[in-house]
Amino acid sequence: MKLLEVSRLKVNYGGIRAVKEVDLELAEGEFACLIGANGAGKTTTLKAICGVLPAAGGTVRYAGESIGGTPAFALVRKGLVMVPEGRGIFPQLTVEENLRMGAYARADAGVAGDLERMYALFPRLRERRGQTGGTLSGGEQQMLAIGRALMGRPRLLLLDEPSMGLAPIMVEKVFEAVRSASRAGVTILLVEQNARLALSLAARGYVMESGAITISGDTASLAADPRVRAAYLGEGE
Amino acid sequence: MDIFLQQLINGLTLGSIYAMVALGYTMVYGIIQLINFAHGEVVMIGAMIALSVIAALAKSGLHPVLVVAIGTACAVPVCMAVGYVMERVAYRPLRGAPRLAPLITAIGISIVLQHLALMIWSRNNLAFPQIIRTETYPIGGATITNVQIAIVLIALAMMAGLALIVYRTRLGTAMRATAQNLQVAGLMGIDINRIIAATFVIGAALAAVAGVMVGTYYGIAHYTMGSLLGLKAFSAAVLGGIGNLPGAALGGVLLGVVEALGAGYIGDITNLCHFAGVSEALERRCSEDPHLVLFGSNYQDVFAFLVLIAVLVLRPSGLLGERVGDRA
Ligand SMILES: Nc1ncnc2c1ncn2[C@@H]1O[C@H](COP(=O)(O)OP(=O)(O)OP(=O)(O)O)[C@@H](O)[C@H]1O
Ligand SMILES: [Mg+2]
Repeated sequence: MKLLEVSRLKVNYGGIRAVKEVDLELAEGEFACLIGANGAGKTTTLKAICGVLPAAGGTVRYAGESIGGTPAFALVRKGLVMVPEGRGIFPQLTVEENLRMGAYARADAGVAGDLERMYALFPRLRERRGQTGGTLSGGEQQMLAIGRALMGRPRLLLLDEPSMGLAPIMVEKVFEAVRSASRAGVTILLVEQNARLALSLAARGYVMESGAITISGDTASLAADPRVRAAYLGEGE
Repeated sequence: MDIFLQQLINGLTLGSIYAMVALGYTMVYGIIQLINFAHGEVVMIGAMIALSVIAALAKSGLHPVLVVAIGTACAVPVCMAVGYVMERVAYRPLRGAPRLAPLITAIGISIVLQHLALMIWSRNNLAFPQIIRTETYPIGGATITNVQIAIVLIALAMMAGLALIVYRTRLGTAMRATAQNLQVAGLMGIDINRIIAATFVIGAALAAVAGVMVGTYYGIAHYTMGSLLGLKAFSAAVLGGIGNLPGAALGGVLLGVVEALGAGYIGDITNLCHFAGVSEALERRCSEDPHLVLFGSNYQDVFAFLVLIAVLVLRPSGLLGERVGDRA
């Protein structure tokens, strides 16, 4: 069974159609990426999947259930977690409070243990645990955003441009955490402008142009596709 | 008698009440950027419910303090329910509407609540039962009453309780998270509708207690008493920096003190007999009666609004606020 099935998804902003037609699927445990130019509709697609934006058409099924119209907070409780574009750190909460908010929906006793795991994963966050989120550097904020999402014990993790604005060393750290979550069995849909990076990490990929999926397949064949190479990997034909 | 000290004591008492009401304004503003102009009416309803209950139990033989406590214990849940219904019925459907819409709605709710109170409690000034006998204690040339002491202490305790909720509990952290970023709060699994409702309900509980305090302190209640009180508490919230909790507490206390000192001294300051030398007629008039006062202490209500105007002109973000701009 597929964990996520999106078919013929359409999303509007007022009268403007930002997503025309998107079909994508993820099997449990899969790591896929969604690449495309600025304004292609990647963020809009993620927001519609996680319940932040309403769909204007099509269906989204998660874990066998249709989730159209379910608000984001209720989906988080079912393990569908998104790390938003721009990180969305709570600037006046401390690092630790931010992390704990990630586990807000959880009722189990494992939160304290997970907090320790996040600090082990990102020692920098442990050093800064009492500091407010707004005072962190961009890279630290991205670590915090990912750590916070992992605190929710996601089953499906949607990541919107986690590498944006980060130095290569920070990108490396952030993606190390993403890879380890993937190895631990979390299903991941990664949106990235950095196509080379995304294609090297994920097993399957989708290419989005002007609100629709135009190419999809396993990342090796996408990376070899001349259209992808020309448009997203900056190589001539 | 030491006028300064006396007015300081009166001001701190009044200011504690303003602070509790101001917190309700600022909490709601902090989370949804709405100025809930009907909040003053919640204070009035708290006073009215307590008045009815206390009047009914006054001759029951129960200890007066217990009777007032029962009155408060009835006022608090009623006001919490009013706060909840207000948010649920009037404000929630307007979430995302242009900002003017909920603002006008707030004024509408205010009118509705006042007229409900008018129908239940009549249009008369009602005597708030003074069943607790006032004891007066001397303090350095001034006096303080047991009621004043109780008001200040209870207000402090309630504000400490609020601070504990907001800064030390999961609900409080979720409230602060929602205030900082509503959409991301949803992505954490926080049901923001519940958090917003909780904010209204907590603010209403503080307002209910403030209503009982006002009634006990002034000994009078009227269905319009919430308007002026609400405006003053709103001014206090702006003075402290709207959206900022410590700011609301500070603004409330400061406003109470300014108002009391103003009321204490305005007669003296605007006494034309200070200038008796300028004319013979004035001289003669003042030798008969040295009080020719331009503004008496009945102008005390003016100070809250002078403070409001001064803050808006000089420091629109308030004493402790940092955000300026389109938000107000
Ligand atoms: N709130 C909004 N109101 C109106 N139009 C919007 C809104 N948000 C996005 N759009 C439009 O929808 C289209 C898709 O935007 P979206 O943010 O999904 O793109 P994206 O693929 O994530 O781009 P980027 O790589 O720059 O983040 C764009 O044309 C954008 O201008
Ligand atoms: Mg985007």
